[in-house]
Amino acid sequence: MEKRVVFHNKYLPYLLVAPQIAITVIFFFWPASQAIVQSVLREDAFGVSSHFVGLDNFIALFEDEYYLNSFKVTALFSTLVTVIGLSLSLLLAVTADRIIRAATLYKTFLIWPYAVAPAVAGALWGFVFLPGPGIVAYLLQQMGVDWNFHLNGAQAMFVVVVAATWKQISYNFLFFLAGLQSIPKSLIEAAAIDGAGPVRRFWTIVLPLLSPTLFFLIVVNVVYAFFETFGVIHSLTRGGPAKATEILVYKVWYDGFEAQDLGGSSAQSVILMAIVIGLTVIQFRYIERKVHY
Amino acid sequence: MIERRPIADFVGHLILIVTVLIVAFPIYLAVIAASHDLAGISQVPMPLLPGSEFFTNMANALLEGPKIVGVGRGTSALLLMSNSLIMAISIAVGKIIISLLSAFAIVYFRFPLRTFFFWMIFITLMLPVEVRIIPTFKVVADLGLLDTYTGLVLPLIASATATFLFRQFFMTVPDELVEAARIDGAGPMRFFWDVLVPLSRTSIAAMFVIQFIYGWNQYLWPLLIAAAPEYQTIVLAIGRLMRAPDAYEEWPLIMAMAVLALLPPVVVVVLMQRWFVKGLVETEK
Amino acid sequence: MAKVTLKGVKKSYGQVKAIHGVDMEIQDGEFIVIVGPSGCGKSTLLRMIAGLEAITEGTISIGDRVVNDIEPRDRDIAMVFQNYALYPHMSVYENMSYGLRIRGMSKSDIEKRVQRAAEILQLQPYLQRKPRELSGGQRQRVAMGRAIVREPSVFLFDEPLSNLDAKLRVQMRLEIKRLHQQLGVTSIYVTHDQVEAMTLADRLVVMNLGRADQIGAPHEVYARPATTYVGGFIGSPAMNFLSCRVENGSGGPRAVLSDGTALALPTAWSVPPGEYTLGIRPEHLRTARPGETPHLMLEVDVAEELGADTLLHGKIAGEELVARVPSYAGYHDHSKPGLITDITLAHLFDKESGLRIAV
Repeated sequence: MEKRVVFHNKYLPYLLVAPQIAITVIFFFWPASQAIVQSVLREDAFGVSSHFVGLDNFIALFEDEYYLNSFKVTALFSTLVTVIGLSLSLLLAVTADRIIRAATLYKTFLIWPYAVAPAVAGALWGFVFLPGPGIVAYLLQQMGVDWNFHLNGAQAMFVVVVAATWKQISYNFLFFLAGLQSIPKSLIEAAAIDGAGPVRRFWTIVLPLLSPTLFFLIVVNVVYAFFETFGVIHSLTRGGPAKATEILVYKVWYDGFEAQDLGGSSAQSVILMAIVIGLTVIQFRYIERKVHY
Repeated sequence: MIERRPIADFVGHLILIVTVLIVAFPIYLAVIAASHDLAGISQVPMPLLPGSEFFTNMANALLEGPKIVGVGRGTSALLLMSNSLIMAISIAVGKIIISLLSAFAIVYFRFPLRTFFFWMIFITLMLPVEVRIIPTFKVVADLGLLDTYTGLVLPLIASATATFLFRQFFMTVPDELVEAARIDGAGPMRFFWDVLVPLSRTSIAAMFVIQFIYGWNQYLWPLLIAAAPEYQTIVLAIGRLMRAPDAYEEWPLIMAMAVLALLPPVVVVVLMQRWFVKGLVETEK
Repeated sequence: MAKVTLKGVKKSYGQVKAIHGVDMEIQDGEFIVIVGPSGCGKSTLLRMIAGLEAITEGTISIGDRVVNDIEPRDRDIAMVFQNYALYPHMSVYENMSYGLRIRGMSKSDIEKRVQRAAEILQLQPYLQRKPRELSGGQRQRVAMGRAIVREPSVFLFDEPLSNLDAKLRVQMRLEIKRLHQQLGVTSIYVTHDQVEAMTLADRLVVMNLGRADQIGAPHEVYARPATTYVGGFIGSPAMNFLSCRVENGSGGPRAVLSDGTALALPTAWSVPPGEYTLGIRPEHLRTARPGETPHLMLEVDVAEELGADTLLHGKIAGEELVARVPSYAGYHDHSKPGLITDITLAHLFDKESGLRIAV
């Protein structure tokens, strides 16, 4: 995609991109390169000097059972958030798409959680599940569950998944609905005339045509669960109990700021960068292919 | 759809209505909690109907803030919200301005480093603040920007998303408009102000909504940069209060603050729904 | 007002040559139409005159000034675009006055000029409207108004009517013609529509693959096409082309078709014997009356009735041929009429180069 017509000016374009490039260099590239440098250094106990340690920080990380645990926690957490969030919102979008006249109305009532900060979402659900006054916590206790997500790791994971998914449903729903509404009605009608019932039409026509949206949302949801849920974790569980909800991003922050382990935290940053780059590449590979589709 | 099935329609409405209610439930509960005093919500189970203390709690939150030892002591929600507002608006406006300019340069000029700059902006997509926490904190600290609005805002206003949205929009502006403007005698900046910016109104509105929410909801960044209470944001304050040792004494107040924290972005999204949806769906395509 | 001169104008995009060298002198006040199919380079040529495309080689002058390196705004031109290119967020008045405002003209002068242009184009009731509230024809008029208010020395039109429906196109064509008579400004008009070209032009430029095949008055281009390409492009239905061999027999020159049919050429023609392409327009063929010896026998596949005329499509000597005959002649599919042609109206072209043979 290129414009046929352009302006000619030697200096103006540089002036125009200057603010963005300056901020990008100072606050993105410089720190990112620093993270890489720090990841191969180790500071002495007083933080006065540091020396090159090669891949020691990385090796130490992968020998650290807490870090490996954090990987597992992240994998579980992001899988749950992605799968539950996408299934629920797909169901909702398909249902809303059926009821065309009211779809917009439901849309309005479903989009607003998008605007709620992850930390606030954590606060709201934290209260719902709060041992003691929390209403759902009360119901669970009445049913005989020994409920206290501050003490029980599985319960803590459950609550952060609920809060994180709740916030993301509206986003998924909007994209699924847009995707569904862009499927030509004539295709569905042709399938109906060919004798396919609604369920069969969904699996053989609607879902394949929706696959680009679905794929895009999987990537977005994984990225969301990896990076944007820091607020949910920090406000609800502080990574606990006993590191049961300590996702990678939380650990980077904790090790760097609370435990002051600069090298280890930087090595974790570098690994996270590799993960983001991987996800972005996958996403763009796919989008490229989608063009021919 | 093709089949006329009243029962299926009914089930559909039922699913959606139940979902809408479930989605709204925690907020309802927050409002209820905010309308009782501590004794009120300490009952087991807690009451599910509003109490009489809503305005007292709100006023208390807005004007005085929590009294928990050590956590945001004496920072009223009014102060916290005005910090959030400054941050959200500065980020949204700043992003829009610098992204409009850089997208304009990349679409409407040919210059030697153009592709290089484009990729440079593109790569920032892969560097969310979460993966470069400590070094970015250091840069901001070295620049003396800790506990300043500049430190809160500046590092967040470079955005590949906004640049791409505007680039995409500019690509759809017919070439003939540029040509007509050139024949009419307009130089590049004149064309930018007189034609391109007015035509981008919808995209700008969409970006504003998305970036306002992004700015308002920032959590990790203020957690690093704003140690002083007078620079904290309302979202940050709630996260900190939640796990404070004496939190349970302040639940009505915390919930009142949570309602205050989610109200502005929710109002923006609902009122500007049309632009918001358009912007969201188009940015990512 | 000014004359426009093109000298050896070439354009290439990298290795690809779009314009191979065009020379042309456009007189002050003349209406020139550049016509050709899409991809022939006609729009590129116009955009080079406008200053929207760089000139690879050669010079373009407007008035006495070479404008190769002059910005569009300083060339004293105005342009009407195919899709109108109206600024969607500005009212009609703002659209028309934008160029004047940039040039810093006083408010009252702008007002005067816009009002006058609006009057000429009957746009007064719409001045405060936005382009999207106007019909296609009205938008077209606003685009012309924007050009008129500038009072340029040259008007450039880039297929301005191709987005309009057929009826409106005819009406706007007339308006453009009237406007030109009224204002007398040098105009260069690009179109792919030969009817537009014929009706509007003082002189036509027929473009083919980056070259100007012929420049001349409409009747001249029709009556003496310079190449087979021009012959086939101007006129509808298109000219018939038959391969032939010219022989000089005792009764004067003859054109012999591949099936042996011989057509006597006018004795005045002096053509060296050899292979040629014979061009005969469909309207210069008629069916033989009883008692006449037909020149050609046509095997009709399809007879297309147009009302007044009927087009007979068929083959002669294995080559496609169309004849336009009055409908009362009553020919139908699969009939075999004999045809008579006025050979003095036929054209001979070189078989290889397609160039017209002067006879």
